[in-house]
Amino acid sequence: MHFVPYLHEQFLSAWPASVVVLLVALIGAGIMLAWVALVALVAVWAERKVSAHMQARLGPIYVGGFHGWLQTVADGLKLFLKEDIIPAMADKWLYIQAPVLVFGGAFLAYAAIPFGPKLVVSDLNIGVFYILAMSAIVAVGIIMAGWASHNKWSLYGGMRTAAQFLSYEIPSALHLMPVIMYAGTLNLGEIVRSQETGLFGWAGIFGWYLFRNPFLFLSFICYYISSLAETNRTPFDLPETESELVAGYHTEYTGIRFAFFFMAEYANMFVAAALSTLLFCGGWNGVLSRNIQYLPDPVVFLLKCSAFIFLTMWLRWTLPRFRIDQLMALCWKFLIPLGLLNIVGSALWMYIFEQV
Amino acid sequence: MTGVGEEAMDVDLKSLGFRVEERRTLASGSDELLINMGPQHPSTHGVLRLLLRTDGEEIQEAVPFMGYLHRCAEKIGENVPYDTYTPYTDRLDYLSSMNNNWAWAMTVEKLAGIEVPQRAEYIRVIVAELNRIASHLVMVGTYGLDLGAFTPFLLTFREREEILDILEEISGGRLCYGYIRIGGVTDDITPTFATKCRAFLRQYVSKLDAINELLSYNRIFIRRTANVGPLSAEKAIACGCTGPILRASGVDWDLRRDEPYSIYDKFDWNVCVGKGEKGQLGDTWDRYMVRVREMYECVKICEQALEGIPEGPFRAKVPRNFKPPAGECYFRAENPRGELAFYVVSDGSKRPVRVKVRGPSFCNLSVVQELSRNMLVSDFVAVVGSFDLVMGEVDR
Amino acid sequence: MNQEAKAGEPKPPVINNSMRFRTEEAFPVLKSHFGDAVRSLSDTRPDRHILVRPGFLPEICKFLRDDPDWQCNMLHCVTGLDQAETLAVVYHLFSMPKRHFVVLKTEVLRDSPMVPTLAHIWPSADWLERETFDLFGIVFEGHPDLRRILLPDEWIGHPLRKDYEMPTHEKLRELGL
Repeated sequence: MHFVPYLHEQFLSAWPASVVVLLVALIGAGIMLAWVALVALVAVWAERKVSAHMQARLGPIYVGGFHGWLQTVADGLKLFLKEDIIPAMADKWLYIQAPVLVFGGAFLAYAAIPFGPKLVVSDLNIGVFYILAMSAIVAVGIIMAGWASHNKWSLYGGMRTAAQFLSYEIPSALHLMPVIMYAGTLNLGEIVRSQETGLFGWAGIFGWYLFRNPFLFLSFICYYISSLAETNRTPFDLPETESELVAGYHTEYTGIRFAFFFMAEYANMFVAAALSTLLFCGGWNGVLSRNIQYLPDPVVFLLKCSAFIFLTMWLRWTLPRFRIDQLMALCWKFLIPLGLLNIVGSALWMYIFEQV
Repeated sequence: MTGVGEEAMDVDLKSLGFRVEERRTLASGSDELLINMGPQHPSTHGVLRLLLRTDGEEIQEAVPFMGYLHRCAEKIGENVPYDTYTPYTDRLDYLSSMNNNWAWAMTVEKLAGIEVPQRAEYIRVIVAELNRIASHLVMVGTYGLDLGAFTPFLLTFREREEILDILEEISGGRLCYGYIRIGGVTDDITPTFATKCRAFLRQYVSKLDAINELLSYNRIFIRRTANVGPLSAEKAIACGCTGPILRASGVDWDLRRDEPYSIYDKFDWNVCVGKGEKGQLGDTWDRYMVRVREMYECVKICEQALEGIPEGPFRAKVPRNFKPPAGECYFRAENPRGELAFYVVSDGSKRPVRVKVRGPSFCNLSVVQELSRNMLVSDFVAVVGSFDLVMGEVDR
Repeated sequence: MNQEAKAGEPKPPVINNSMRFRTEEAFPVLKSHFGDAVRSLSDTRPDRHILVRPGFLPEICKFLRDDPDWQCNMLHCVTGLDQAETLAVVYHLFSMPKRHFVVLKTEVLRDSPMVPTLAHIWPSADWLERETFDLFGIVFEGHPDLRRILLPDEWIGHPLRKDYEMPTHEKLRELGL
């Protein structure tokens, strides 16, 4: 927020500094809220179109004219107007809090995501750490929803979430470690900057951590898998498996509260895609050197994110779902040992080949 | 606030149908829960209700409850004339109405000794096999859905749609046809029927291969289904399981070949039997795969039958006021879900004295309770899906 | 077809149906083994059945299942039947290795319809007997779990009996159903 002092001196010198900070924070939050909503709306529409075309059908086609682009807006409005039902036996307080917490966790993570070199709400020194922490809040919200609904299927969804999210926190953090070791910082902007040039001073795609060494490549794949699990997507969508648990933790939710869960899912998907992009795929650095990059930085960044989001959707509409024990086995027997291996491997690689 | 499930602690498990030793309630202080799966649940495919006693993710036992779709099919049978009962058989196993109509028609023909013209027999075989493909397509699609794969569902339904179009052209219906009548079929086939059928069958096999690639041999799918809920051949026979369930357990038995009715002895095709390729014999993957492979065989039968349709009448002369001689008759036919049998008692009047429908799904379902022991919730969904139950036939 | 009919000599219809019923052959065998327990062989067409006394039913069935000549390893169907004075249960036994059917029938009194269960011989009898109990009120003695299966537990009467009368809405409301 380096422009806060500037703003204070130039325009609002009559106001106390704390008020200016608060004002800027509120404006930033407002912009981000709009952005999250936009991301969710576009992603839901995209998901419906992608799935439709994979399944030999058309998807939304009428609302708004061009390929039904207004369909999700219409559906969102419909959800706003729906009756808000709170089950009689539900733990009312927790029941109301849960969607707020789930959405809040997803939303707060956006604060530390840089969309370009200076385009960030809060340029935190511990950006990676902060985002991981915020996405952990989502799990708490989902468990709350599962418990408070007073529905056995919801409870199952909540319990599965507890098991799944807490397990997959570990590999997703572990597989980010090699990148952090390379970059020597937790600041996301710095991490992206450190990817401008790579081995032998080659720029562009060779600077991406993804291609720095084989361990990092493996890390990327494992991180991507665990991010799927963390964002609750097929083949890891066990907390809400519609064929087993009816709708899992949000079985009892209706209307706007359900919409919050729904939006949080897509907001999270974007956070996961953004992390993959920032940490492994050079952030806003293009395929070629930065000197000959003509697209604006945020556009490059968003294109990469969209590619990851598309990949996530592609997987969802292709694969069946894992079973809970297979899911756990994948995490504890495969991803976590690999994460430790990657840390050691990357460290050795850095020491031997790059003399860091 | 009481915890979820605490209010149900003092339920007598034995009276609910659980196979527990003595009269006992849920163990207090344990993690046992009683959960209703259905009658409104996405993976029970209809109004089947399963009461699960679970311990965490593990099911200790599941008890099926039926009757939510009981429509007195047998009582109606005693109150309507023989030919009027045909549309009611449509609604038994509503995914394979042609086969139901056919079984009923053959039962009455056996009772009254009516000879069916050859042309009608060929038409019957074609439509019944097409309907069998359509029915298996629903099973394959919804089974993928049960395991979280959405795309195969829409691909199979797209193919099914083409079959429904063909059947609609000759019968006028899309789900309940009432096309196969006592003595023959309602109407002759349309002039374009054969070409449409051939066109469909030609492209269909490649579509089936695509579904195989997408779902059947998907590694996650195999890991979800192989070794899950194996059913031994002895138990399958003893419990009265028939059709694909029986064949998946390794029993080489198909009425169309072993007890040929109509003109099935004229065709060259293979019976698909489970071999336990991916896991144990008779696991859910086998049950699923038997159906997929059967569809290839249905195509063979259909193609041969289309070649051989003779000219001639499509219906035998059955008197308007049809009264079969007094007697009783049992007849069974190979339906997509197993052996559908009718037992008819006649006293020589217009209406039967008793019509018993022996639905294959009913007998197949009776195994579920035993298979459910010590199984994960997700596996149980896979097992129930692999039985391909149609509640219209279980509840009747 | 019309011409053939005019020529006199009605040709017997050709029905391709290879279901094999060996009920007639089974009758003398069962008669020699069980004597009076096996009452008679019916002359119904096209299928015949053997009338047996209910008390000996499990023994006869066990014999048919285990005897190497019969090997009826599948109970294909259990049917209740209302015959005005009596109620009857019809059993269709099928042998997969031998590929034949044997049809047994047993009659019980209307007032106290009691038939021994076959659930311990063939597990498939479990649900088929429950259904017969549900719709005809025939009690299968020794059945492990004889509850209604298709109708609700509170249902009154057994609807496939010929004398069953559907309760009126008023009556149902009185009963609180």
